[in-house]
Amino acid sequence: MNNKISIHNLCLSIDRQPILKNVSLNIPTNKITVILGPSGCGKTTLLKSLNRLTDLIPGVQQSGEIMLDGVNILNGNQDLVDIRQKMGLLAQRPYPLPMNIYKNITYGLRISGRRNRQFLDKRVEHYLKMVNLWDEVKDRLKDPASALSIGQQQRLCLARGLAVDPEIILADEPTSSLDPISSKLIEEKFLELKSQYTIVLVTHILRQAKRMADYVVFMYLGEVIEQGTPDELFNNPQHPVTKSYLSGQFY
Amino acid sequence: MNTKTEEKFFRMLMFLSTIFIVGVLLLIVVSVLYKGLPSLSFTMLTSIPKGGFYFGEEGGILNAIIGSIYLSLGATFLAFIIGWPIALYMNVYLVKHHTLVNAIRFVFDVLWGVPSIVYGAFGFILMVFLGVRASLLAGIITVSLFIVPIMVRAIDESLKSVPRGLLESALSLGSTRSEISYRIFSREAFQGIITAILLSFGRAIGDAASVLFTTGYTDRIPTSLMEPSATLPLSIFFQLSSPIEAVQDRAYASATVLISMVLVISLLSRFIGNRRN
Repeated sequence: MNNKISIHNLCLSIDRQPILKNVSLNIPTNKITVILGPSGCGKTTLLKSLNRLTDLIPGVQQSGEIMLDGVNILNGNQDLVDIRQKMGLLAQRPYPLPMNIYKNITYGLRISGRRNRQFLDKRVEHYLKMVNLWDEVKDRLKDPASALSIGQQQRLCLARGLAVDPEIILADEPTSSLDPISSKLIEEKFLELKSQYTIVLVTHILRQAKRMADYVVFMYLGEVIEQGTPDELFNNPQHPVTKSYLSGQFY
Repeated sequence: MNTKTEEKFFRMLMFLSTIFIVGVLLLIVVSVLYKGLPSLSFTMLTSIPKGGFYFGEEGGILNAIIGSIYLSLGATFLAFIIGWPIALYMNVYLVKHHTLVNAIRFVFDVLWGVPSIVYGAFGFILMVFLGVRASLLAGIITVSLFIVPIMVRAIDESLKSVPRGLLESALSLGSTRSEISYRIFSREAFQGIITAILLSFGRAIGDAASVLFTTGYTDRIPTSLMEPSATLPLSIFFQLSSPIEAVQDRAYASATVLISMVLVISLLSRFIGNRRN
């Protein structure tokens, strides 16, 4: 298996309180890697360390390596804008930009200097169709994005992220604030998108993990307890903590 | 006391306090209008003081109206140019440095509490040091120093409420901090910024102590930044100190003008803020 990202001995602490302890794992290219675990186990922090959003946390200290296409992104010389543009982020709830629907999609393109009207029009249509939002919003592209429903906003955020042409999609419990129908749409999109993108999905929903995963990483209290293919991890867990989590003894 | 009477007591207390303070405010406005409206006239709004104006003869307060507008617009503009980047710096650039941001907030809170006469005195020292006379420019600089803390903290409060997730989302799209500052945070906090500008303008136009030594007073309408200028608060002050009743009444008329100006700006900014959303 080809690895898009490999993490070696990643340690992260906030005010000397360890959050991630010696995390090592590989994220395969063009697959869905699910990071599974109970709340507070550090899975969101791990996800955010991938595009260095963890830099924003006061009192944070990191060590170890995160290799993206063979380059260590924790190395201080890296261009953060460059790294972040390679990774689209889908957060727990949608955060539409304070502008209209059209501008939400074109924002990433406009800040990188693409202003040709026809080009932007085409991109907007393309990405909105990609997330099945085009038919719902094509007549009101000039409406503020905040006027959309939460489910629509989340799809808009996905489209907005895809429009900057990332290689990786980071999704942090992307369906946790959505209704079942919108959740299903997002899940289906991910299954379609994995042929072109490397997807890292953080979830605490076991059933979602089973539906989506090509590769599973189970975390508990800041440590990677076990990782492997869904078949290995779900049907034949090795570690007692994984076994008790999978049997529903804690969430 | 059982919980029910306790609840009733506090409800009553809150209700009465609210009524009391709204009542006092209404009383202020009504008594100013009652004394001021009869002596308010078209000539008063459109002419400058003629000889003998301060003894109850012909003239108006156009010099003070124009002077106050010049001064407050200048000071608010200057305070915004300085204050807006400070607030953005605190909320977009220094997100990781909590302690520093809290220290900056503390400094501005202290500065907010410093009486305006102290700013006036400071401005005066500065003028003496630089050899500048009382002028519109000296006033604008002094008043802008005095309202910068208000501007910064008011914009800061509205930027503070922008969710962290929006910052993270914007960074993930590959934005630089300056793009986030101007394209996203300032837009998201647009209404708060308008409110901050209004609040600062209101303080600037209503303050007498900071302009007393720095802007001076004159019956003429200033034609350059280096000339002294009249202001409405000082115009009220000088007319009110007069022993002549007709002149005192004109002080209330001037106060009516001042209140109306603040009201119009409040309504205008609210209108702009609402239309935006």
